Amino acid sequence: MDELYRLTAHEARDLLRKGEISATELTQAVLDRIHAVEDKVKAYITLTPEIALAQAAEADKAFVQARKEGRAHTLPDLLGIPLAVKDVISTAGIRTTCASRILENYIPPYDATAVQRLRAQGAVILGKTNTDEFAMGWSTENSAFGPSHNPWDLTRVPGGSSGGNAAALAADETIIAIGSDTGGSVRQPAGFCNLVALRPTYGRVSRFGLVAFASSLDQIGPMTKDVTDAALVYEAIAGHDPRDSTSVDRPVGEVRRALGQEVRGLRVGVPREYFGEGIDPRVADVVRQALRVLEDLGARLEEISLPLTRHSIPVYYIIAPAEASANLARYDGVRYGYRAEAATLWEQYKRTRGRGFGPEVKRRIILGTYALSAGYYDAYYLRAQKVRTLIRQEYETAFRRVDVIAGPVAPVVPWPIGWAMENPVQVYLTDLLTISQAIAGVPALAVPAGFSDGLPVGLQLVGRPFDEETLFRLAYAYEQATQWGKKRPVIE
Amino acid sequence: MALTREEVEHVAWLARLELSEEEIVRFQEQLSAILEYARMLEHIDISQVPPTASVLPMRNVMREDEVRPSLPRDVVLANAPEKESGYFRVPPVLEDTE
Repeated sequence: MDELYRLTAHEARDLLRKGEISATELTQAVLDRIHAVEDKVKAYITLTPEIALAQAAEADKAFVQARKEGRAHTLPDLLGIPLAVKDVISTAGIRTTCASRILENYIPPYDATAVQRLRAQGAVILGKTNTDEFAMGWSTENSAFGPSHNPWDLTRVPGGSSGGNAAALAADETIIAIGSDTGGSVRQPAGFCNLVALRPTYGRVSRFGLVAFASSLDQIGPMTKDVTDAALVYEAIAGHDPRDSTSVDRPVGEVRRALGQEVRGLRVGVPREYFGEGIDPRVADVVRQALRVLEDLGARLEEISLPLTRHSIPVYYIIAPAEASANLARYDGVRYGYRAEAATLWEQYKRTRGRGFGPEVKRRIILGTYALSAGYYDAYYLRAQKVRTLIRQEYETAFRRVDVIAGPVAPVVPWPIGWAMENPVQVYLTDLLTISQAIAGVPALAVPAGFSDGLPVGLQLVGRPFDEETLFRLAYAYEQATQWGKKRPVIE
Repeated sequence: MALTREEVEHVAWLARLELSEEEIVRFQEQLSAILEYARMLEHIDISQVPPTASVLPMRNVMREDEVRPSLPRDVVLANAPEKESGYFRVPPVLEDTE
């Protein structure tokens, strides 16, 4: 079979179980693909081909044994499936840099829970993918290792911060991926690269081993080539973990059962703010067509209003940097990571941090420290936390009327590499449509919705807390009706 | 709301962050722009609104206080820039602290 690297996880699973392909063949095909296109795409920070092939060989043993015993269909879905892991998620024995000079040589002694659960299924780790430094950014331009390139147009960004994952998936340099989402970091790059991504409800997926950026906002989520794969990865990583006190003890269920179920009668809210000021009209047009498809499928569209959408930007840029400034205090050159030598400990702290962190991280540490400092705490941080309550209430009110809220993932198409570096503050406005869900803690899913001048545009579906199932149901129906995700870029 | 140079220097000191001359000037400008943008929050009535620190309704999460295996010392020290006799080694602590 040709081009095994183009398979989705569920397609590969079916072939693996039947013995038509081996995990080693599949992994080797993806490694060859990486070898062929990675120079242009630059999706990975660290590649682990030896580990991947060893895991694939283990998987093949399990397949052979299970087929012999007639129980191949009972094996885990992700056994032998190649996986990319964003480089802010800890992997035991594999360098985890956070795309920062300060962790350039850091090797975690343990796996993140999400990684541990994927390893337990037998997923094959290909390597660690590029991101903005400590997941702070929207394009991977803030990576200490240089930007990744969008396979749909190599002169443009793949989005961020999980842009390495998105670039790798779009270029078929992996089959599945996991990233982190603090204000849109799995959804926006999925939208920019014609992919599927889920930000789960806050508390669904353990944050243990996810290098902390903003703890009240961070969530790990799947990034995949289609909705079915997203459901399989989500089922694998979600669920209670005693090692993360904010992980919720609540059954995840088999969301795959929602795939293929009827969507007739679902009430879909369309916020007028998601199509107004600050939204590229070309993006709005593509997403309006997507909404018509939802209507054709039997969903009932209803115009709603979320007037605080705009205010979510300043709320985010106070709360996230404030939490980050506390979380990043641990990088002091003592226990791990980069150290700049100095005569005193005091000087060593300042110099280590000043030289180890890149410009965006420093900007946010300064901003966050300022917002928490004496005399400004009430004016900024406390005020932002109160407006956060109002944003949550706005969603609660909306979800009394509708089952799902739909709109674009990002207000813009992928920008040319270099733009964010020249406009570090203006770029904050491009996350207009992805941060309010993180602030409210509600789940949101990105699914391919078509193209504008050859560049991908994503449809975002937002759900009630803990109702990922309805998002999967509607996203699957839309995907089957449109098949946008089947399109692949030509890389040359 | 423009940030003064002294404020940027003070905050950098609180954060133990060495900044170059050029960074101090640039951050002063950029952070002033961000804080100016944040002024839109002043127009929202929050007088009766409680703050949200976490979207989850949970309070303290307790567990049994029992001894469990932890990482061996050599594993914990493996990433240390400098170590000595099973400890992290750092420069003198009790000298000039400005």
